[in-house]
Amino acid sequence: MRTVAEPTIPDLPLGERGGPAQPLISTRGLIKHFPVKGSGFLQPKKVVRAVDGVDFDILKGETLGVVGESGCGKSTTARLLMQLIIPDQGDILFDGEKVGGALPLTQYRRQVQMVFQDSYASLNPRLTIEESIAFAPRVHGVPQAKAIARAHDLLHRVGLEPIRFAGRYPHELSGGQRQRVNIARALALEPRLVILDEAVSALDKSVEAQVLNLLLDLKRDFGLTYLFISHDLNVVRFMCDRVMVMYLGKVAEVGTREAIYENTKHPYSAALLASMPKMDPAERTEEPPLSGDPPNPIDPPSGCRFHTRCSMAESVCSAMPPPLAVVSGEQQAACLMSVPGSGHSHAAKPAPELMEA
Amino acid sequence: MSKEQTVIDIRDLSVTFHRGRKPVKAVNGVSLSVKAGEVVALLGESGSGKSVTMRSLLRLHPKGTDIAGSMTVSGRDVMALSTRELGQLRGATVSMVFQEPRLALDPVYTIGQQIEETIMRHEKVSRQAASDRALALFQKVRIPSPERRLKNYPHEMSGGMLQRSMIAMALACNPKVLLADEPTTALDATVQIQILLLIRELQKEYGLSVIFVTHDIGVAAEVADRIAVMYAGRIVEEGRVGDIIRDPKHPYTKGLLGARVELAHGRDRLVTIPGSPPDLAAMPPGCAFAPRCGQASDICLRDVPLLKPIGETGNIACIQYA
Repeated sequence: MRTVAEPTIPDLPLGERGGPAQPLISTRGLIKHFPVKGSGFLQPKKVVRAVDGVDFDILKGETLGVVGESGCGKSTTARLLMQLIIPDQGDILFDGEKVGGALPLTQYRRQVQMVFQDSYASLNPRLTIEESIAFAPRVHGVPQAKAIARAHDLLHRVGLEPIRFAGRYPHELSGGQRQRVNIARALALEPRLVILDEAVSALDKSVEAQVLNLLLDLKRDFGLTYLFISHDLNVVRFMCDRVMVMYLGKVAEVGTREAIYENTKHPYSAALLASMPKMDPAERTEEPPLSGDPPNPIDPPSGCRFHTRCSMAESVCSAMPPPLAVVSGEQQAACLMSVPGSGHSHAAKPAPELMEA
Repeated sequence: MSKEQTVIDIRDLSVTFHRGRKPVKAVNGVSLSVKAGEVVALLGESGSGKSVTMRSLLRLHPKGTDIAGSMTVSGRDVMALSTRELGQLRGATVSMVFQEPRLALDPVYTIGQQIEETIMRHEKVSRQAASDRALALFQKVRIPSPERRLKNYPHEMSGGMLQRSMIAMALACNPKVLLADEPTTALDATVQIQILLLIRELQKEYGLSVIFVTHDIGVAAEVADRIAVMYAGRIVEEGRVGDIIRDPKHPYTKGLLGARVELAHGRDRLVTIPGSPPDLAAMPPGCAFAPRCGQASDICLRDVPLLKPIGETGNIACIQYA
């Protein structure tokens, strides 16, 4: 049920195009390399391989979680999806239409909105919160009075009474309240996809729980799809239908929540899960599941990028990059142990009918 | 040194900042003692006063801050120390690991130089001896290729490596007390667990008393012997780590543990504590948690409950258990 009345922005075509089975977002071969400052003069030019060939789908109405260590490319992926940065290569399809091709950027941006981690930095300190929320609709041609009325609706919807809060400035709100404002602002253009990039990470636990509940309610009421980026695996497990694990600019594993958390097929996902603090002081972690930091994405390891930290690594892992292959049902993993005949001692013997993968 | 000896003893600590228009009472009558070789986690949300309590032990507050109460660290009265004596205490007897090593380290000196400086500031040793000790410390905290890493500047190291360096520096003068202020909050989970295990291992080896400030119950469960839960400048519950996690008594601790997302499997909503913490510049007269508490009575809104013993090892500040 929509609590906010009729579409306020009449001119732009919105809503369902490709049918329920068509993924809302599909990325194909997404690549983004950042040049390293100061390199290239009298020495080879270096690049940070922030996102290095990423394919994934976000299905309609689902919440896709993205997890991984810092530098794995989760935030760059989000910024590429928002077109805040332009990919070097690869396509983004939104409901079957190519972004920047069949679907012009202005129409795309209306339907995809983002909430950032830093609730203060992402609001204009000189605008009251109702002005911040009404800003984008006004840019899209909604009359002032109507935009403000809608801002009040949204404030009410995210649990901030417009009478008390609408005229306040960002510094007059707590972190949790500011993040509610950012969520309301993201919803002002009636988007279909909301990207939440560590949106609750800076909040205290008791406030975080309130905001997570709010996000679930909004998703149901507005029929939203979420891309939920977080380093907190417990939160991702609670929020998400499917989970994508990234490592050094590539997808390591993707699958349903149950598949990833209970039956992971990638040693990196397993190590990430084992790194979560145990809640039982009688069963404390005795050995760190991974040693050292993630390698530098400027010069990633050859073959499988995880082989330098992987307890299962064999010589074949440094020679051959693993393909992201289907391991069971909807679960895909990029690990040579899951590729029959790859040469890894844990891999199945080559079966002729599977070789074409 | 017997196991039962009290190394840190805080009695009725109150800290008031005078920076804005109204004075802010960040810590409001905190009493806490830590025995030799014990790890106590101060658990609380932002603004609960956990960091302020810990920083008071080194009197690391801006000028004009009112500190009341008494604090003793390994037999020395912290409140009575002169600036000079305080300088001898900091780093030598009591050392500290901060949340942001990048801000805590000097960007224009190498890590090696900074560790050597710490050692030579407190002990009469040659630079060569100090430099040898720095190398041994880097091996102790398991930094790969330590000789090369000692010559690195802070910006050349990753967050996890910097935090290991900070721990090495904190241990440089064999302190008795280690104060850790959210040392793993800025790190990835995979690196966090490495640092937690390192702190646990070194704490045992050096017999350190540790106060570990954190907002993460899971982190407290991994490192602490005891947990003290803080809310709005007061300790509301304190006890052995297992007791607090398995059987929390205070309504706030119950709420905090109940709001954990990992308990929500199969449910579509989280249990939350309604409302938000009080404004420290305008505290309610009674129990600070009463406005958010489902079991609050008239007495709760009027009187501040005292921290009283419960069971054999715990303490609680709630009228229900008085």
